[in-house]
Amino acid sequence: MDESYDVCVCGTGLKECILSGLLSVAGMKVLHLDRNGYYGGESASLSLSQLYEKFRPGSAPSETLGASRDWNVDLVPKFMMANGLLVKVLVHTEVTRYLEFKAVDGSYVLQKGKVHKVPANDMEALRSGLMGLFEKRRMRNYLLYVMDYNEKDPKTWKGMDLTRMPMSELYKYWGVAEDTIDFLGHAVALHSSDNYLAQPALATVKKTKLYYESVVRFEETNSPYIYPLYGLGELPQAFARLSAVYGGTYMLNQPGMTVAYDASGKACGVTSEGSTAACKFVVGDPSYFAPEKTRVSHKVVRAICFMNHPIPNTGDSHSVQIIMPQRQTGRKSDMYVFCCSYAHNVASKGKFIAFVCATVETDDPVAELRPALALLGPVEEQFFDISEVREPVNDPSADGCFITKGYDATTHFESTVVDCLELYKKITGKELDLTEKELTQQ
Amino acid sequence: MEGTIVNKKLVLLGDMGAGKSSLVQRFVKGNFEDYQESTIGAAFLTKTMPELGLKLEIWDTAGQERYHSLAPMYYRGAAAAVIVYDVTSPESFARAKSWVRELMRQGNQDLVMALAGNKADLAAGGDGSERKVSAEESQAYADENGLLFLETSAKTAQNVNELFTALAKKMPRAPPPQQQAANTVQLGGNASAQGRKRASGCC
Ligand SMILES: Nc1nc2c(ncn2[C@@H]2O[C@H](COP(=O)(O)OP(=O)(O)OP(=O)(O)O)[C@@H](O)[C@H]2O)c(=O)[nH]1
Ligand SMILES: [Mg+2]
Repeated sequence: MDESYDVCVCGTGLKECILSGLLSVAGMKVLHLDRNGYYGGESASLSLSQLYEKFRPGSAPSETLGASRDWNVDLVPKFMMANGLLVKVLVHTEVTRYLEFKAVDGSYVLQKGKVHKVPANDMEALRSGLMGLFEKRRMRNYLLYVMDYNEKDPKTWKGMDLTRMPMSELYKYWGVAEDTIDFLGHAVALHSSDNYLAQPALATVKKTKLYYESVVRFEETNSPYIYPLYGLGELPQAFARLSAVYGGTYMLNQPGMTVAYDASGKACGVTSEGSTAACKFVVGDPSYFAPEKTRVSHKVVRAICFMNHPIPNTGDSHSVQIIMPQRQTGRKSDMYVFCCSYAHNVASKGKFIAFVCATVETDDPVAELRPALALLGPVEEQFFDISEVREPVNDPSADGCFITKGYDATTHFESTVVDCLELYKKITGKELDLTEKELTQQ
Repeated sequence: MEGTIVNKKLVLLGDMGAGKSSLVQRFVKGNFEDYQESTIGAAFLTKTMPELGLKLEIWDTAGQERYHSLAPMYYRGAAAAVIVYDVTSPESFARAKSWVRELMRQGNQDLVMALAGNKADLAAGGDGSERKVSAEESQAYADENGLLFLETSAKTAQNVNELFTALAKKMPRAPPPQQQAANTVQLGGNASAQGRKRASGCC
């Protein structure tokens, strides 16, 4: 280990693995370490025995749950947008070859206490119980405008300047009703609170386009989401492999590892079991750095529930998402439900896993999840996890520490990848060019 | 026979420098380099064996085995494993045995395993004094554990094709169960051709 590297990466969470892969491809000599004996850190998918070790040390899983290794339980549940940034990075780096994905069956939204499918196309919109006939027509007109909108072609703007016009005004222009706005803003544009209404409309128009472009990215899909077989923990492993293929060295199982600093307080290596690997800078998740280099931005509460059935009222789907817009539950931010099953090789035969997650708003986070848990039906086993989401407050140019943010409650990976791309730019001074490969493919 | 090519994943394991990458290089590209760099870059090779209706996806360790840090993904879905040691290195033979144990722990019943005693050319030349692991000992170990066994040389090509062909013949033909899973989507490659078909139809 007493060698020198360009960079030591601490923690094998998805963000650290993406960065490790990208930096290795860029020609840097990378040493990647983790205190745990498994890949994925905070964003791992755990086997049953690993899960019990984490949440119920000393107790064994019930026999009815089947073999431990049949389970790959995500610690941070999210789905991937089929046309989103993560897919772009996967395609760009050809990491896709290590993974297999399934389309998520459906995306649902809570309205007035009932679960509705978010219409994926015209036919579903017509049949949808989300709104009346006239409202359907107004929504359709709004969506046609959005899909036709082109930032570079003023003809498509219909005289409106979306860089200034608040989103609430754009909805008003098309006469879209409040309940429709609720599902368009939260379950289609995927905003996690209503704060977006006062902001310029352009961002929401782009997010709405991303949603529908993702729905049509693959044939046979009825939602904008995809999910990897064997769970999200496959993603960090796949990027770690990319890094290794480009010469990255991997050392798991380093419980005592610490970042080493020089006299000026600049990170200069990583020490573990008495030896030190020298490097020019360090990348890592907040848990590997002194607490004063980061701060708690918010807390997230998550429930993991094992079930013997799909979530009721979701068409017996093996994979779904349910978005509960803040207004529907009287909260300040949305709550999310995810479900996947043995069909994704994440649970033993016949079992389903439902996840609920939300940003913590009160002193009793677990109680906050009640309205979501009520949608699930009987649950065989459940685990709760409350975690602090930390974000860096240090100056990497001074201390050589490039620290990733924790994983937020959002339903997909857009913010995850944005964080990686921003750090990549800070480290290399260059933007990652994602357009090149995409172009050669078409 | 059209359309009957099945993809199978084959993984390599073994000590650093035992010759994993050289064996793959010899098998896939038909050449050998005296100063093969420790694996970088090309750790994902494929070889089609039309006569057997197979396309092998060959995974090389990419150095992740150095500190025992291979990811579960590496073994996942593998139909075959080649465990390589160097006949001039007893340490590499001991390591090979520990890889065999590790693979057996993974509990994949359908996995076909082969033990390759590589660098046989070093043991064959002159008085063979460089040999440190006897073929008899390895054969006995392989028989005990139900492994195929061959001594190979990536340098002279001895037994290299034989090794991969013997493995390929032993692999179960049916696609692994998870590949029958419905509605999997393929990213990359033909993804953009697949998509955009319904590009007009949102709400
Ligand atoms: N004489 C001889 N040398 C070989 C043979 N196979 C490999 N070598 C040499 O052994 C060295 C290591 O070979 P590699 O193929 O890189 O070994 P590896 O197992 O892939 O090593 P890592 O990638 O570092 O884990 C190279 O210098 C090769 O030229 C062989 O059959 N005979
Ligand atoms: Mg190699």
